[in-house]
Parts: sequence; C-alpha cells; structure tokens
Amino acid sequence: MRLLAFIALKHLLARKRQSFVSLMGIILGVAFFLGISSIMQGSEQDFIKRLVDNSPHITISDEYREPRIQPAQKLYKDSMVSIRNVTPLTETRGIRGYEKILGKLKNTPGLVASPVLAGQGIITYAGQETGITLSGMIPEEIDSVSTIRNYMVEGSLERLFGNPDGILIGVTLAKDLSLSLNDMITVVAPSGDVKRFKIVGIFKTGRGGYDRGQGFINLKRAQTLFNRPNRINSILVKLDDPQQALAMSKDIESIVGYKSESWQEQSADLMNTLAIRNIIMYSVVSAVLIVAAFGIYNVISTVVMEKHRDIAILKSMGFQSEDIRRIFLIQGVLLGIAGNMIGIPLGALMIQGLSNIKFKPPGSSDVIYMPVSWGFEQFVIAAAFAICAAVLAAYLPARKGAQLMPVDVLRGGS
Amino acid sequence: MDLKPVIMRADHISRTLTTEALPVTLVKEASVEIRTHEFTAIKGPSGSGKSSLLYLLGLLDSPTSGKIFIDDVDITGYNQKKLAQIRLEQMGFVFQFHFLLPEFTSLENVTMPMRRLGKLSDSEIKKVATEKLDKLGLADHLDKLPSQLSGGQRQRVAIARALANNPRMIFADEPTGNLDTESSKTVQEILKKLSREDGCAVVAVTHDPEFAKNCDRTITIVDGRIVA
Repeated sequence: MRLLAFIALKHLLARKRQSFVSLMGIILGVAFFLGISSIMQGSEQDFIKRLVDNSPHITISDEYREPRIQPAQKLYKDSMVSIRNVTPLTETRGIRGYEKILGKLKNTPGLVASPVLAGQGIITYAGQETGITLSGMIPEEIDSVSTIRNYMVEGSLERLFGNPDGILIGVTLAKDLSLSLNDMITVVAPSGDVKRFKIVGIFKTGRGGYDRGQGFINLKRAQTLFNRPNRINSILVKLDDPQQALAMSKDIESIVGYKSESWQEQSADLMNTLAIRNIIMYSVVSAVLIVAAFGIYNVISTVVMEKHRDIAILKSMGFQSEDIRRIFLIQGVLLGIAGNMIGIPLGALMIQGLSNIKFKPPGSSDVIYMPVSWGFEQFVIAAAFAICAAVLAAYLPARKGAQLMPVDVLRGGS
Repeated sequence: MDLKPVIMRADHISRTLTTEALPVTLVKEASVEIRTHEFTAIKGPSGSGKSSLLYLLGLLDSPTSGKIFIDDVDITGYNQKKLAQIRLEQMGFVFQFHFLLPEFTSLENVTMPMRRLGKLSDSEIKKVATEKLDKLGLADHLDKLPSQLSGGQRQRVAIARALANNPRMIFADEPTGNLDTESSKTVQEILKKLSREDGCAVVAVTHDPEFAKNCDRTITIVDGRIVA
C-alpha cells in the first residue's frame, strides 16, 4: 500500500497546478461548509436557547385536550351513545385543586413548578389606556420558572416580594405611557374591578410585544382582581433537562388530566421551520462540495487518460487491476485529506471571524455578536463529506484505469 | 547440441481479434518452446504478428485457442490476477519506447517491481537495484528522471527494471528499434549476456537482421503463422 500511495502522490505532484485547483475546490468547499453550517447551527441553538430559557418548558393550562366524557358514555361503555345539545357547565375557569397538583409535581425530582393566574387588564394612566396581560405569580417563585430577573433594567424583582401591590412592567409600556419607577397605575379587570399598583420594576427583554403588553403581579392580587379566589389558570414547569419536556408533559397530562404542553409542542411550527432551514442549508453547502468533487473527477480522469502507458507498464510488471484502482482512489483520498487539513483550519478561522461580527437585529435595541456554533459534529460531517465526495469522484476514473488491458495500449503504442 | 530445459511451452496458440467488420487472426496455430539460457529472436515483416505472439507468450494477452504451459503446468484460462503474479515473479519486459514511468528516477523505476513483490526490505531493494543499474553502467544516473537520460540509457534502465525480480524469462519488443547503432549494440550484448550468464530465457521481437543473427534461435513469422 505504501508503494501505491507513493505512486499516487507522485502522479498528483507531477501535475501541481491541476491538483492545486482541485484541492482548492475541496478546501473552499470544506471551509464554506463549516462557516455556513456554524452560523445556521449557531443561530438555531441561540434561538432554541432563548426559546427554552424564556418560556416555561411545560405549561399546564386549564383546558382539556379532549372534551369531557359525559356520564351517559361512562355508564354505557360498550354501547353507542348519542348525546345532543350539551350545554357546558358554567363554572369558574381555572385549574381545580391546583395545590394538590403542585404538591405532586414538586415531589418529582428534576422539576420545578409554579402557579400562574393570567388575565387581561387595562392600564389607565394620565388619561391614556392600554391593554396588558397580567401574570399573577408567587413572587418568590418567579425566578425558578422565568428569566425575567435577567432583563430588569430598573427596580428589582425583590421589591415585588415585599409589596403585594407591586407590578413589574416592560420598558416599552413605560415609555408609551411615560411611566417611571414608583409611579402608581390603575388596572381595570374585565369584571370591572379596579386596583392600583405601584411600579416596582421595569424589564426589557428586547421582544417588542412582550415589553409592551406583559406585566407581573402578586398571585393573590391577581386572584382578587380577576375575581377568581383560589384559582389559577396555568402551572409553569421548568426542567433540569429541557429535552425531556416532550415525554414529561405527556406523563404530567396523564396524571393531572389538564392539557400539558411542552415547549416543543408549543413551538412545533418553529421547529419545523428550523428543520426545513437545515435541509436547505445542508443542500446548499453540499452542492459546494459536489462541485469540488467534479474538480477531483476532472483531475483524476485526466491523470488516468494521460497515464494509459504507465498503467500498461505497471500491469506488465505484474501490478494487479486492484493495485491500479487503488493508486487512483488514493489520489482521491489524498486530495480529500489535504483538502480537510487546510479546509478545516480555514473553516475554523472563518467561524472565528464570523463570531466577531457585531450587528443589530431589526426590531431589537441590542447589538449582538453573530451566533456561531463550534459543534464537533459539523466538523465531522464536513470532513466525512469531503472525503466521500473525493473518493467517489476518484472511483469512476480509477475503475476505468483498472479495466485497461496492457496489450491494448502496447498495440497502439509500439 | 544438448537441449536446455523448457520453461514455457505454447501449444498451437491462436489469437483472433473480433472487430466490427471481420475477425482478424493475429497469430495462427503457433507452437513455441522457451528454454533457459536461450536467446530467441522473433522476426518477420511489419504486421506479421511478431508482437502479438510476444504478448501471448508474455501473458499480456490470452490466446483464443491453444494452450500455454509453464513448467508443464497448463496456465491457459488463469485469471488476470494469477497471470499478473506470474509476470511479477517470473517475467521481465523491455519495450521499444522504453516505457519508463516519467515521474520516477531510474532507481525508483527499477525498485518498483521489487517493492510490488515485497520479498526484500527497503534497504535490500535499494541495494539490489543499485547493483543492477551499476552492472548496466548507470551508476551515475540513479537519481535522474527518464527525461534527463539518453535513449540508450533509458533502455538500459528498462532492462534493469525487467531484471529487478530476477525473472526466468525476458520479453523484449523491438528493444533496439528506437536506438542508434552504438546503443543498439550495447543493448544486444546485454541481452545476450543475460541469457548466457544469468540463465534467463530472452525472447526478442526484432526487425533488425543483424540482431537476429546474434541470437541462438530465430522464429520467423509471416501472416501470424510461424514459418521457420
């Protein structure tokens, strides 16, 4: 094999320029593959991280996935029961017996849960009115299921602990209504109840809708404001391992009965979009390497064409067809390996360069760095793809060379 | 004259090429014996089938009929892999156009069959190859590429390479066809010496009547048929 590699290398070195051009194809292919996939993966991971961090991993809401089974259906299990004109019970919406459910959840390891009563309210201030979603939470538990603390720009979460009438609002809302810390605002509930709250903190998440339309208040105050004593309408769950959310949500739903949605389920459309984006990305970057493979095919085909005499002489010397095939396959492998050896560091440099680019995404006030991923697997994919493309490109001319009969060349040449 | 031991025997071999028009018979019913210490010339007019016969004897081509024996073993119908192994171990080839591998030095060209055979260590291979080139007067040209050598020198490198694995048979296809008179003489002498001293069977195709005269035996072929 050493002899065959030696011959292969000599062949490539004899045609430096052609070999260099096809090598450049692989180098650039690998580098661009890495650069592009690192941005795509990086932005996807960044996106998912934000999604996972900023939203609960599982949300248990006061809804049922399936309509409630009617008593008549329960009674005649094996019969056909037709029920018409069922009027649902008028009842106070919310999760019933939530303390019991929370108690169960809190005993599960690797999981934290906190109750929320969310509802709509209208804030009036200085003659202006604006709608807001108010999440009533236990202030001490906000940290365990939400990342809002990271986004506080004024005041603090702690001030909500000691102040039952405190409220946290977003920076956009504060700006729109010219509100500032410690101002008093009036909130009107759909039921007509009115309460006054003191702004104890202002947050800025960078998400326009959230910063304009979200507020946090004490759970007890929310229950009074929305006139739903001892009721909540959702339980937020955070997991140690967010990837377990899908399986865990199913388990929870089967135990508590209420609809329990994982972050994956809530963002299914986004996840699909990301999957499609990945397919497009890999198709495009693979195309770059496929084009590079044509370069290799070209150079090895040329070598085989030019080397008919050499193949004949090697075969007359006693080299097997298999040896000839290997010589040309090794040329493909050598180009693939050399392409990787230069292409991977170049790709890494490209990723490093990209990660230093700062930009301001539209709709956000923050300047951020380009999210890149240093994922090991993309290096493996790029390297493997380059080698496979190179070997495949070399295989066809190699096979042709191996099939050559020495006598056909000798007859023509002598 | 006592006969030398037979290495190869071709028994009524023919080679027919199937072309789109008509089948062309290159060699017809040829029977040849190749013996040790014997320098045989194959002569005949252009297109008479000299080279085709040589390729058949050198196992570079397979006969369409007839049988070939080496040491009385029938090797007709052996696959390409087995034939290549026989060529590697027992045969050496010298062609008219030298056919050295252009990217490799003289030494590398000569070491190639030895390295493929893989019986010697790298240092032994280098030593043997150097000796062989030295014997042919090429000691000063070990590291030269074929393009840096004269025609005669190239042909001597080709002979050294043919001798690399100490073959029992050397097949030469017009080895002096492309050389000046001086080099041609040298090559003839070398081939003759190989059959005399090393016991090789040398079979050479030639146009040159002088060359043929120098050989122990001459096979004359006309229209693919051995006539003398």
